[in-house]
Amino acid sequence: MRPTLLVFRREFAAYFATPVAAVFLIVFLALAAGLTFFMSGFFDRGQADLSGFFFWHPWLFLVLMPAIAMRLWAEERRSGTIELLMTLPVQPWQIVLGKWLAAWAFAALALLLTTPLWITVNVLGSPDNGVILASYIGSWLMAGSFLALAAAVSALSKSQVLAFIGATAVSFLFVMAGFDLVLAAVRSWAPPVIIEAVRSMSFLGNFQRITDGVLELPSIVFFVSLIVFCLWLNVRAIDVKKAA
Amino acid sequence: MALVEARDLVKRFGSLTAVDGISFAVDRAEVVGFLGPNGAGKSTAMKIISGFLEPTSGQAYIEGYNSHSQPIEARRRLGYLPEGAPAYSDMSVADFLGFIAGMHGLSKRQANDRLAELVERIGLTEVWNQRIDALSKGFKRRVGIAQALVHDPDVLILDEPTDGLDPNQKYEMRELIQSIAPQKAIVISTHILEEVEAVCTRAIIIAKGRMLADATPSALLADTQGASALAITIDTADPRRAIEIISTQPGISEVHVAERINGVTRLLVHAPQSRPTAAELAGILGRSDIAVAEMFVKRASLDDVFRQITNGAEN
Repeated sequence: MRPTLLVFRREFAAYFATPVAAVFLIVFLALAAGLTFFMSGFFDRGQADLSGFFFWHPWLFLVLMPAIAMRLWAEERRSGTIELLMTLPVQPWQIVLGKWLAAWAFAALALLLTTPLWITVNVLGSPDNGVILASYIGSWLMAGSFLALAAAVSALSKSQVLAFIGATAVSFLFVMAGFDLVLAAVRSWAPPVIIEAVRSMSFLGNFQRITDGVLELPSIVFFVSLIVFCLWLNVRAIDVKKAA
Repeated sequence: MALVEARDLVKRFGSLTAVDGISFAVDRAEVVGFLGPNGAGKSTAMKIISGFLEPTSGQAYIEGYNSHSQPIEARRRLGYLPEGAPAYSDMSVADFLGFIAGMHGLSKRQANDRLAELVERIGLTEVWNQRIDALSKGFKRRVGIAQALVHDPDVLILDEPTDGLDPNQKYEMRELIQSIAPQKAIVISTHILEEVEAVCTRAIIIAKGRMLADATPSALLADTQGASALAITIDTADPRRAIEIISTQPGISEVHVAERINGVTRLLVHAPQSRPTAAELAGILGRSDIAVAEMFVKRASLDDVFRQITNGAEN
């Protein structure tokens, strides 16, 4: 576990080595607050809940999570440090896990900074705090899925820009998986089972079920499995590059 | 058992064969210089031995452990400086070396003891707390060497350890390599030939992915045909008569004008069997009333050897 911890610490610190982290956090908070107050009409709705806040998370994360994860591997490849890292006497999965955990912890920090909103609704009314807590956890898990996906894409490229674009494109498919936009492409050839499977992988659908406070467990299992699968893909991507 | 062993390494990238059947072994106290033009496959071969790249075929061993099927065991015993001495530029020297030490399984305490000693030896004290992206090329290279030595490995693979250093830094780096050489097996790549003469006990010449020579630097020099030439300076701008006289001597293979300055001409005379000798030639020219201003034997350098061997591969 120590190598994972060391990589985690290094990567997490690396976010704060430049002003990028601060800029990112400010952008996230500004967007989250702006969308909640102005687009969702937080005050006009007259309801003490955070659904207008969580509603935007899949869309915010679609752009912001690839931005957090794009550097994880692409930057190592560009600067050549990957050669250093991958010739250390540790297992590749230990490094993959450490890097992802660092990005996930950063996402946690971003979410933690929105808790004043949670306090606000408690001051204004009496919201269902259980649902809000579940939503926060769901949001964090969804962020983890976005990050694991983006990290795996990042392992294939030495350009952060390409990693970002690739990850956003793949993530978009996952977000939209429940919509006709994606389903139509599958419907023409796949049997109903596949269509249903694709639909069930929708980030929007799964996240919504969590924020609605219903059917939480299957959605949590979905996000966790997707994270594990993407981390495995990440390890494979590194192996493939090694043989290329 | 050899500390480093490469067996028939082959690496293809698509249709390009970067490494084409390289085999060699390195024992303790040996410093092997990997020599070759740019793009010869030196770095690729080192990447394979270090386990970063998988060979298309062939095997590499570090202290008997296969770099690919037993990577962890092999890497524990290996210190590797990749091409360009990459390091995390956003970290301080102290944090970076601490990170590498930890990844090698050194405890905090062991790492601190080891680093205290290394930092002194490699001359990193003054930049210890500086960020790596603020360091000069020389210091960056030293940081790269330090990370390769942190766990005191028996095997060192250093890809161009002196690239980009100034002459003083090069000298220091060579001193450092020589000082640790007796306990270790070291492979360095370079295209600076004086370096090979200065630090290497053996030189392996590679061009186009193939091994063209594997010998001590002095053996390489001795083997080269027409290794030495005679440089004769005569006090005339018109060397035609001198060239005629010299080239008609038995044993002379080639005479040509090397340079002409201020009415003085320097000729280069190649005599493969070293006959006639310099003294004999001076006598012959003297009898023909050609004033010889200067005469010396020009020794072949490794540069010549290198050019000769690698050009042979091109043709």
